[in-house]
Amino acid sequence: MDTFLQALMLVLDVKVLGVMLASALFGLFVGSIPGLTATMAAALLIPFTFFMEPVPAIAAIVTTVAMAIFAGDIPGALLRIPGTPASAAYCDEAYAMTRKGQAETALGISLVCSAIGGILGAAVLTLTAPVLAEFAIKFSSFEYFWLACLGLSCAVVVSSGSTLKGFVSLLIGLFIATIGIDVTAGHPRFTFGSVEMMGGISFIPAMIGMFAISEVMRYVASPGSQQAAPQQPIRNVFKGIGSILSRYKFNVARGGVIGAVVGILPGAGADIAAWIAFAMSKRFSREPEKFGTGHVEGLVDSGTANNAGVAGAWIPALVFGIPGDSITAIVIGVLYMKGMNPGPTVFMNQPELINAVFIVFFLANVALIPLGFMAIRLSRRILHVPRKVLIPIILMFCVVGAFAINNTVFGISVMLVMGVLAYIMESNGFPVAPTILGIVLGTMLESNFMSSMIKADGEFSGFFSRPIAATLGVIVIVIWLIPLVRLLVGFVRKPQTS
Amino acid sequence: MQLNDAVTGLVIVIFALAEIAYSTTFPSLHGQAYGPSLFPILIGCGLLACGLALIARGLQERRRAGAQNAPWLRWGDWAYDPATRINMMLVPGALIAYILLSDLVGFIPLVIILLSLLLYRLGSSLGASLLYAVAVTIVLQLLFSRVLLVPLPEGIASTLFR
Repeated sequence: MDTFLQALMLVLDVKVLGVMLASALFGLFVGSIPGLTATMAAALLIPFTFFMEPVPAIAAIVTTVAMAIFAGDIPGALLRIPGTPASAAYCDEAYAMTRKGQAETALGISLVCSAIGGILGAAVLTLTAPVLAEFAIKFSSFEYFWLACLGLSCAVVVSSGSTLKGFVSLLIGLFIATIGIDVTAGHPRFTFGSVEMMGGISFIPAMIGMFAISEVMRYVASPGSQQAAPQQPIRNVFKGIGSILSRYKFNVARGGVIGAVVGILPGAGADIAAWIAFAMSKRFSREPEKFGTGHVEGLVDSGTANNAGVAGAWIPALVFGIPGDSITAIVIGVLYMKGMNPGPTVFMNQPELINAVFIVFFLANVALIPLGFMAIRLSRRILHVPRKVLIPIILMFCVVGAFAINNTVFGISVMLVMGVLAYIMESNGFPVAPTILGIVLGTMLESNFMSSMIKADGEFSGFFSRPIAATLGVIVIVIWLIPLVRLLVGFVRKPQTS
Repeated sequence: MQLNDAVTGLVIVIFALAEIAYSTTFPSLHGQAYGPSLFPILIGCGLLACGLALIARGLQERRRAGAQNAPWLRWGDWAYDPATRINMMLVPGALIAYILLSDLVGFIPLVIILLSLLLYRLGSSLGASLLYAVAVTIVLQLLFSRVLLVPLPEGIASTLFR
């Protein structure tokens, strides 16, 4: 209880609340502009969090992302263009409601379900993370090695598109992680004599590049015309929401659970959670024929799921230092900068900070209702902001942000290379999320493997000598076998079909 | 820019071979079977296998769809319009210009030039571009240099904003 009060004091500070309000407005703005994603919003925030205390820094990211994921629903419903990828799953459905004259209901349900989903996700986070941390304190390098493997394999299996390309993407990330002084022998790898490369590829400029620069390039490649929002009066979005929610209360709970669980899986975030929840909703609906005609049920499920996924992704990030999605990958970078190395020890040594994270989650999602309502009312104006002006400004923000991390232009070079790489990868169907996981987990994987090998005296059986390690190892191997089995089945079936 | 999987695969294979060859030059840990070269070599082997699989897949696709429908390289729409082609080059160009010139020219003049150029190229009018560029640059300078204390390069503008 004492730590809870301490945490409350940390959060209920004028400065922290001010930061949260500002981040909320920023998140709502970025989220509601198509082409600017929640991850990009988080990446653009980093240079600012660099100069903040840990609690306001985390509060800024949590609030921005919660708001941005909801705000992505606004252009989805009004223009049929999802504001963030997390809204893509149900944007057709929401737009169909708008065409039927139900824009108010669509936006109202999105808003309320987002808030409920966020709170459900935060509850899962609050309840499970400390328990997991207590369990994880017993882990040694063997368990962490398998966990890193598990995270990486999961990223490949759940990533969108082909498994092969996901694997290539992962290997690129792992390769990038090997650049710099190596962890065991102190030998410089792939630095080509550059002193700046010896420290390794700084993670934050890489993230800004992969999420912001690639997005800028994508806009420049196909600018497209800016559509105007339909002139439908939007006044009371909360009308009739109560009865819809009570009819679909089971869907809300299911969406929340799906969101939180998908969020926990490394590499899968809010967008995949929304797709799965929407598909489940349609599959188990009593009136599946209404889907696609502007039916609210799918919106309830997936609107809840994407916000719940945001919180779920924090569980592995805080407990093991394994990001649940690309946003928490950024968060882990920020936490390291703040000296708050994620892992079970933070739960023991700085429980007030962890509790503060939980409180911020609840607070941000409660604040979502009034602030999101305001954003809906202002949506027509926000959608009028010309993107041709915004994009160059964002580019310059990225430049200053990447520079500010180490105060050298090396950060900008990293950002440029990673941005172009991400752009080329995405236009060729290579998912980017596994690369990020690879960069984050590469060092963890290698250093835990090396120290395990030294401990076990070069015997590989050491990786199965402890019960938890053995269990994790078996799970990893089973996951590795899935694509192989699928491949074999494909080979066997092919001659028959062709 | 869409590459046939075989082309991507070939690039990956060449990269993987070079990476493995370079990794074998790393010294090994004394008395240990595994050294700094282990992970790079494993990654290289993985990339090699994936690259070969991609080549096979790309060739198969080309055989199935015909060389006309599955070219080695398909440029995006942007490459056929001279205006967007220049704009596409301008994004990395602006970053490279900043990397090379910021220490010499200084943050304020360089960012005003780059921003107004980008704004103008993306469709704002000349006057508006200049106006936005100056305003944004001043905001960035004040925010990062004064509030966040980032030592932005001063260059020839060192006498300004003192």
